Amino acid sequence: MAPFDVNGLAGTVGYALAFGAIGFGFGAVLEMAGFGDTRKLAAQFYLTEMTVLKVMFTAIAVAAVLLALASGFGLLDMSRVFVNPTFLPSEILGGLIMGVGFVLGGFCPGTSLVAASTLKIDGMLFVLGGLAGVFLFGESVGSYEPFWLSGNLGRFTLPEWLGLSTGLTVLLVVLLALTAFLAAEAIERRFGPARASVRRRPRLAWAGAGVLLAAGLVLAARGDPGPEQRWRWLPAAIRQQVAERAVLASPAEVVALRKDTALRVEMLDLRSEHDFNLFHVGGAERVTRADLTTPARLRRLLEAPPSTITFLADNGEGPALEVWKDLRSRGVANLYVLEGGMNRWLELYPVPDCVATRGPGPLGGAPEYRFLYATGDSLPASWPELPRSRAFRLPCATAVVSGGEGAGEYLWPNHAYTRRVKPQVKAVVKGGCG
Amino acid sequence: MTTRSEPRPYLNPYLAGALLGLVLFLAFFFTGGGLGASGALSHVQAGIEKWFAPGHVDRVAYLADMAGGRRNSWDNSGVYMLVGTLLGGLASGLLHRRARLEIRKGPRVSNGARLALAFAGGVVMAYGARMARGCTSGQALSGGAVLAVGSWAFMFAVFGGGYAVAWFLRRLWT
Repeated sequence: MAPFDVNGLAGTVGYALAFGAIGFGFGAVLEMAGFGDTRKLAAQFYLTEMTVLKVMFTAIAVAAVLLALASGFGLLDMSRVFVNPTFLPSEILGGLIMGVGFVLGGFCPGTSLVAASTLKIDGMLFVLGGLAGVFLFGESVGSYEPFWLSGNLGRFTLPEWLGLSTGLTVLLVVLLALTAFLAAEAIERRFGPARASVRRRPRLAWAGAGVLLAAGLVLAARGDPGPEQRWRWLPAAIRQQVAERAVLASPAEVVALRKDTALRVEMLDLRSEHDFNLFHVGGAERVTRADLTTPARLRRLLEAPPSTITFLADNGEGPALEVWKDLRSRGVANLYVLEGGMNRWLELYPVPDCVATRGPGPLGGAPEYRFLYATGDSLPASWPELPRSRAFRLPCATAVVSGGEGAGEYLWPNHAYTRRVKPQVKAVVKGGCG
Repeated sequence: MTTRSEPRPYLNPYLAGALLGLVLFLAFFFTGGGLGASGALSHVQAGIEKWFAPGHVDRVAYLADMAGGRRNSWDNSGVYMLVGTLLGGLASGLLHRRARLEIRKGPRVSNGARLALAFAGGVVMAYGARMARGCTSGQALSGGAVLAVGSWAFMFAVFGGGYAVAWFLRRLWT
């Protein structure tokens, strides 16, 4: 599924050619739109010609619709697409400064390149000024870095902000664009020379507007794809992992990883609050499936550094596997399910009989251990990675734990396990302006 | 001037916009990132600065990120895109007979003033673009299409800044 791993190509001729080809299309279209002519750009600010607004807004609406269609039909994995991180203070101030520069110099960086390449001397001077400007920025940003880095909201999109589906947001963008075009045509009729573009080819313009609107309506009506649908779009190799139980990590492996100080091991406990209070792994966080798919939470999971390994735990495995599929299909990496769930954990790292006893049945999806009282994470079994847990106050004097050397000491055996966790570095995608 | 060498008319803005949207989509689809220009300018500038003051480049975090140590500032996707943009603009300019050495300006401005202001505008524009982490292409177009909140705020800020000073600078363009 797209996008393709261009970082794998880095350093090759193909890499240069791919970006060169995209740039070629970009430059050619800008030139054809007339953006090599500074007067056409500046006219936007004097209301005589609204070409800048028309081209930009059409491009944004068309690209937004195509992106939403591609991701809505499983062709494009948006979680791997670069979304400009939001830093409102610096973006707004930088934008205002750019607006001033736009009217002063009559170009923006992209259009000045096209002007320079078509031998406009003013465009070449603008590009030179641009090099001086980035030099000044590089030399001065250090003096106000806190401001430049302030207000980091990370990957924050309009659908998250508005609480709407992506499809509905795209429909709103299309409607906003069409409204802006009507206004632009009216402004040109009022202030511009009498040659408004839509009157030259009105039918094509209306047809285009109709197509955009129809696509927006389809996207809004379909809503965002559900977990089952996204799961089916995943490459077969990932779906195979579930069948081969490659995503299930033994409690013993979790304990081994918790000993590794280079890793951050997170345990997300999906059980009820009652079960969680009775016993949970040290440092585990109780979450529900709905918690994990909120935009803020999902972003944290997606942006976690590759040294973070996340485990999902339930009493058994079934519900945790469903959550795993859901999160995996949204692009979360380094995610595993606790094999056998908390029942298996308690089997390998038991609590004393005076605290909980095991039920008669085989281990399944229901809690198999009957606790007499809530222990939270206060028992050594919650922290088996600590080699000798002297600090724990023992619940009953006669506690003897398998492998222990004497009363009052816990020494857990090293259970054998199959290695399933393979930390993956997620490819970092950077935007053209990064 | 004969009709043969007359520049051809520009594309209908909506058609040009649709084509630009298609290019933008393809950039996202194939590479996972959008279009850009100002980031590449930074890389070019950092690459040039490294020739003269490599030690300084290593010490300034912002520059070191692009060109510090053994990093090659020139081997960057944005720089390749910048070269492509120049070639694409030139190709279209030649094809449509619009590539000619000239100065475009408002009717009341001298050539010297236009060039000086173009340079000054470039300085201001690029400074603002780096502060905003992207220019009209990298922020407004690319970020707008992937519905980034900051990019939309940025877009309104650019137009706001432009309209705020347009009246005072009207001698330049009208």
